[in-house]
Amino acid sequence: MIGSPTTADAVAAWPHRYLLDVDHLSRAEIEGCLALAVEMRARREARERMDVLRDEIVGLAFYEPSTRTRVSFELAARALGATTVDLSVAGSSAGKGESLIDTLRTLERTGVTTIVLRHAASGAPYLAARSTGAPIVNAGDGTHAHPTQALLDALTLRDALGELHGRKVAIVGDVAHSRVARSNLHLLPRLGASVWIAGPPAFLAGFQGWPGVRVAADLDEALLDADAVMTLRIQLERAAGGGIPSLAEYAAGWGLTTERLAKARPTAPVLHPGPTNEGVEISAELAASERSLIGRQVMNGVPVRMAVLALVSGAV
Amino acid sequence: MPAAATFGRLSDPRASLIVSDVRIIDPVRGTDRRGDLVVVDGRLSREERPPDAALRIDGRSLVAAPGLCDLHTHLREPGGRGEALGSGTRAAAHGGFTTVCAMPNTDPALDEALRLRGLLAHSGDLAARVRAIAAASVGRRGERLTDYRALAAAGAVGFSDDGSALASASLVRAALAYLAPLGLPLIEHAEDPSLAGASQMRAGPVATRLGLAGWPPSAELTIVERDIALASETGGWVHFTHLSTASAVAAVRRAKQLGTRVTCDVTPHHLALTDRWVAGDRRFAWEAEGVTADGPPESLDPQLAYDGSCRVNPPLPSRDDALALIEALADGTIDAIATDHAPHPPERTLVEFEAAAPGIIGLETALSVGLALVESGRLSLGRLLEALSVTPAATIGEHRSMQPGDLADLVVFDPTAHWRPTDATLASGSRNTPLLGRELRGLVRLTLAEGRITYADLP
Repeated sequence: MIGSPTTADAVAAWPHRYLLDVDHLSRAEIEGCLALAVEMRARREARERMDVLRDEIVGLAFYEPSTRTRVSFELAARALGATTVDLSVAGSSAGKGESLIDTLRTLERTGVTTIVLRHAASGAPYLAARSTGAPIVNAGDGTHAHPTQALLDALTLRDALGELHGRKVAIVGDVAHSRVARSNLHLLPRLGASVWIAGPPAFLAGFQGWPGVRVAADLDEALLDADAVMTLRIQLERAAGGGIPSLAEYAAGWGLTTERLAKARPTAPVLHPGPTNEGVEISAELAASERSLIGRQVMNGVPVRMAVLALVSGAV
Repeated sequence: MPAAATFGRLSDPRASLIVSDVRIIDPVRGTDRRGDLVVVDGRLSREERPPDAALRIDGRSLVAAPGLCDLHTHLREPGGRGEALGSGTRAAAHGGFTTVCAMPNTDPALDEALRLRGLLAHSGDLAARVRAIAAASVGRRGERLTDYRALAAAGAVGFSDDGSALASASLVRAALAYLAPLGLPLIEHAEDPSLAGASQMRAGPVATRLGLAGWPPSAELTIVERDIALASETGGWVHFTHLSTASAVAAVRRAKQLGTRVTCDVTPHHLALTDRWVAGDRRFAWEAEGVTADGPPESLDPQLAYDGSCRVNPPLPSRDDALALIEALADGTIDAIATDHAPHPPERTLVEFEAAAPGIIGLETALSVGLALVESGRLSLGRLLEALSVTPAATIGEHRSMQPGDLADLVVFDPTAHWRPTDATLASGSRNTPLLGRELRGLVRLTLAEGRITYADLP
């Protein structure tokens, strides 16, 4: 890593009370956050007790179902000594008619000090950030952004490849409907990676001209000599008029297999934000192979979210 | 409006006043001259001197023009929230409008003569003339035509299912054919629902950047082309309201050249605002020189991005389309400016972007936005005032005149004075505009409708 910033540097370089997307982070802030995540990972592995968030109450406001992201945030908050409040709002709040703003303000008044928000509406965390005084961490909003996923993807790629400068990363699949892809399209070019995207035309619409990103003519062009490949979850409802004729057609054209991966560099790893549709966007064999970093991504989720919670709370 | 401002009603006594040495623009005659504007007992006068007790206004910094006419106003009457006849017409008077055309997508819809008469019965007590546009189909369901003759007799000046287009081409054909001898327009909200789908903003790099579902320009163009073909075939008159794309305007231009009976309007927000406003940009279309459509905007400002008050249907256009709309307004392809004043209470706009009720209030800011456009050099002041007054008025059979002997129906404004739309200054019952708090140029000083002062803000 560049200059191996210390924890103190990370905090000094972090002026934000929120993490809405990675687009508002400078290179130094990204480096600081990743360095802090590495440090926290080591301390957690050493079973060192950390309690920088001991006076904090982290509210987990998940308006959309989630397993790995919610659990990962909860473990991260507790690992730093915070109390967590699980709002379990998925599916119920809209029915009761309380607005997002009212719900979050109520949380704030009851003592919640940091809000982690997952919401089906793109931009919901921006509304939250301007409506409450509590730090807001975006845990995924609609098809817009998933900044902590991008940060953990970057950390996982760094673990595998070292410095990302000049590395070719291919992102394959439904980029248009992917908040993970969008945040990675901001983050990876900032770390110097050359990012290619590939998929059926409807899944790439509008991405021509995204700075630092190239749209591949076909899957092979994206995979050619790639240093890493990230494949995205296909929402099953996208078939039948949603951009592709069928899942079988998608799997035949864009599904990642060990054979297809031969175009990439011999040891190029494969990432997937999960949960996977095995046999659609990735073969079961490849997902379980040594080249798959899917498990590493999940493991890096906790320390990255520890770093983010500590930084937005100003508590390191 | 400022604390000193006052509103009047169409039933008030006729006014007598003089605005001395004022710039008088008359788009009907094509004149732009400086002189005294004299109103005696509600009528414009050349020879008479006003009575000694009459209001005297120093007009040296002011412009006088025919009263503005809005072809597309949501007064939310009956059944709506966010506006009422009183607040909506006061907003009109504050904006220099003397006529507003109430749109029929109310609850229940304005699809019966009795309901139309009920709406129009209140007019005398209000600060602006209310004209009615009736629903084009029963319940706006697009299944069968409303009683066009009965509605016309009750005062309908046009027919529209605004909020959506008529889905059935054969129903549009029937409507145009039936309306042709009546000389009234079918007013179309041109949007194909199967293409617009669940879109949240204009398709393009900004929508891609924001992760919001995109509305493709073809959603508008396909309906415009369909209706032009039907107007041409039937001899009926189709008026497209709030056009928002270069391609649709080009289709209208071609149709006009072929002699098809087609007219159209554009809103101030589609002329001045762009899809980049959803991402938090606050530059008018013509201010963003050097900004290309390529590439997503820089990092989003959490105070401004995804502001629900930028959600509108049709969605805010790309910059290129906004500039094409301005050009089409200047060359007359677009006949009129209409506000699509669409008030909503705060609980419907201070929400997640995709949950926000689409619409922007426009009566009180239309003139100011137009004057900003004039200042940019892309539109003449005369054409702006024509498109805000004379042309829309003619569309609904109203006459505008600055000639002696006629009733004074006009606006007097200071084109260089500044103001801000705020809670304190807006007369509308709603605040849903992304221009809230922004400094605008162009302050209405006096609105006269049918010889009565409906709004006055005089030093």
